[in-house]
Amino acid sequence: MINAEPSGPAQAQQISGDDDVVRVRQLVRAAAVATRLSLVDQTKLVTAASELARNTLVHGGGGRAEVQQVTNGRRNGLRVRFVDEGPGIPDVDRAFADGYSTGGGLGLGLSGSRRLMDEFELITEVGVGTSVTAVKWER
Amino acid sequence: MDRVPVLALGDVLLVSIQVDLEDQLALALQEDLSDRIVSTGAHGVIIDITALDIVDSFVGRMLATIAAVSKVLDAETVVVGMRPAVAITLVELGLPLRGIRTALNVELGLKLLRQTRLQPFAESPADGRGGPADDAPAALDVS
Amino acid sequence: MDAETGARLAAVMVARRDAVLEKWTGAVRETMRGRLTKTELTRQLEDIYDALAAAFGAGALTAESPAAADLLGLIADLSRLRARHGFTATETAVSVFALKDALLDELDDSNATRLHDFVEFSLFVDKLGLHTFETYVNARDAVITEQSEQLLELSTPVVKLWDGVVAVPLIGTLDSARSQVVMERLLQMLVDTGSPFAILDITGVPAVDTQVAQHILKTVMAAQLMGAQCIISGIRPQIAQTIVSLGIEFGEIVTKANLSDALQYALRSSGVEIARPVTRSAL
Repeated sequence: MINAEPSGPAQAQQISGDDDVVRVRQLVRAAAVATRLSLVDQTKLVTAASELARNTLVHGGGGRAEVQQVTNGRRNGLRVRFVDEGPGIPDVDRAFADGYSTGGGLGLGLSGSRRLMDEFELITEVGVGTSVTAVKWER
Repeated sequence: MDRVPVLALGDVLLVSIQVDLEDQLALALQEDLSDRIVSTGAHGVIIDITALDIVDSFVGRMLATIAAVSKVLDAETVVVGMRPAVAITLVELGLPLRGIRTALNVELGLKLLRQTRLQPFAESPADGRGGPADDAPAALDVS
Repeated sequence: MDAETGARLAAVMVARRDAVLEKWTGAVRETMRGRLTKTELTRQLEDIYDALAAAFGAGALTAESPAAADLLGLIADLSRLRARHGFTATETAVSVFALKDALLDELDDSNATRLHDFVEFSLFVDKLGLHTFETYVNARDAVITEQSEQLLELSTPVVKLWDGVVAVPLIGTLDSARSQVVMERLLQMLVDTGSPFAILDITGVPAVDTQVAQHILKTVMAAQLMGAQCIISGIRPQIAQTIVSLGIEFGEIVTKANLSDALQYALRSSGVEIARPVTRSAL
């Protein structure tokens, strides 16, 4: 469980085509600029969001992205969440291993994104869907 | 649909990526570049990513593909203008971008391409040959 | 405190304003030792005095009451001002506590509630004093942070050694935060100057821990991704041993014993030859 309480409105974006991935990037970028995240942290956040949005599209068959400002009582941060009702991930450990890929690409989406974020939570069930939640805190 | 413009600078093709690239645009760019390399006989490609504030695995794959296809068509590719924040993120992301040469800017990219043309055997030290210069005849001493 | 006490205190404060203010200002001036002019001080304390009286009159039962909001604001301002001007926390709090003594003398001896009223007043003012401390500490922290940032800027210069070669001589202890800032500045400088070579000289760094070593590694890799090469010079024997013992792979990273070796390497790699002019012998 990630210890984060919402401290602002949630903004959502449907992900059904690849221009939606661009829209997710724009949404996260704008939200990141509004916080006190450093430039490098903003870059990491938007990059991770881009990877996860693409995953939702390519592996999850489309879904939804949500961005929201959060706080843990001491620091403020930005939370991104990606939800799909796709096939789910059968082997989570393998999905996180570097180099794993079913999409014919570099397949670094999950493990790479986790490294870029401060908090990372993956919930998945075969035949039901997948939800990835991640937070980047201000320093 | 907008296409990414490709400029010809002598023997080199220059592409400046200004927008968020998605599948269609990236595919179109790859095709355009291959066509232009063949039609102009270019031996170098410079991809300027100064305007990109993020490079994710999709863009990384695209750059790698362009480099590989260009190589088959006898053109070297150099990616220039990577922003520091992007480089730091790529290191963290674990995306090595192997097989892609980089330079800080277009000028240095052109310099790198020139050097590569002059020393085509620079990457195979095993046969000990230095390149075309080695084949020059020794200076004659006429006195 | 109950409303009646509050009303009584308000009445006393209004009736005895001049006398109490005189005593209070006098007591505080002694601790200030001339660092504040009489006019400035009097004005500051007058504002607080009147706000306090008003708070009691408006039914403020504790220092946290909404009716005391203006008063707390004034106290906070006073405290921040004192913090910025280098007064100690005690000096600042004493300014507030001195009011208790000043008021005590003016309370009506014949009034049976005198002790009770004073105790209530005292408790209220204590809270104000604590509030002063709180604000003071926060204000000082802000000053310290500002100064640290300025110091960081000053202590990490990036110098151009040659066309295409920049150097960052690091001096002092490197902590994780500082090394991150330095690395980001180094990379930005590579872009700004178009220098394919950067020399990171750590002769002046006494010790390097895992985190810092990793930051350095990541910077070198990032520079490489950007198309530049980062050379590390000035690694002391102890640091070299630490790096090896921590199992950190420095792999293909070029390391040189000192800045001049690193510069030579960079120059040679950029194709620069330095030749001594040949002197002709007299014929």
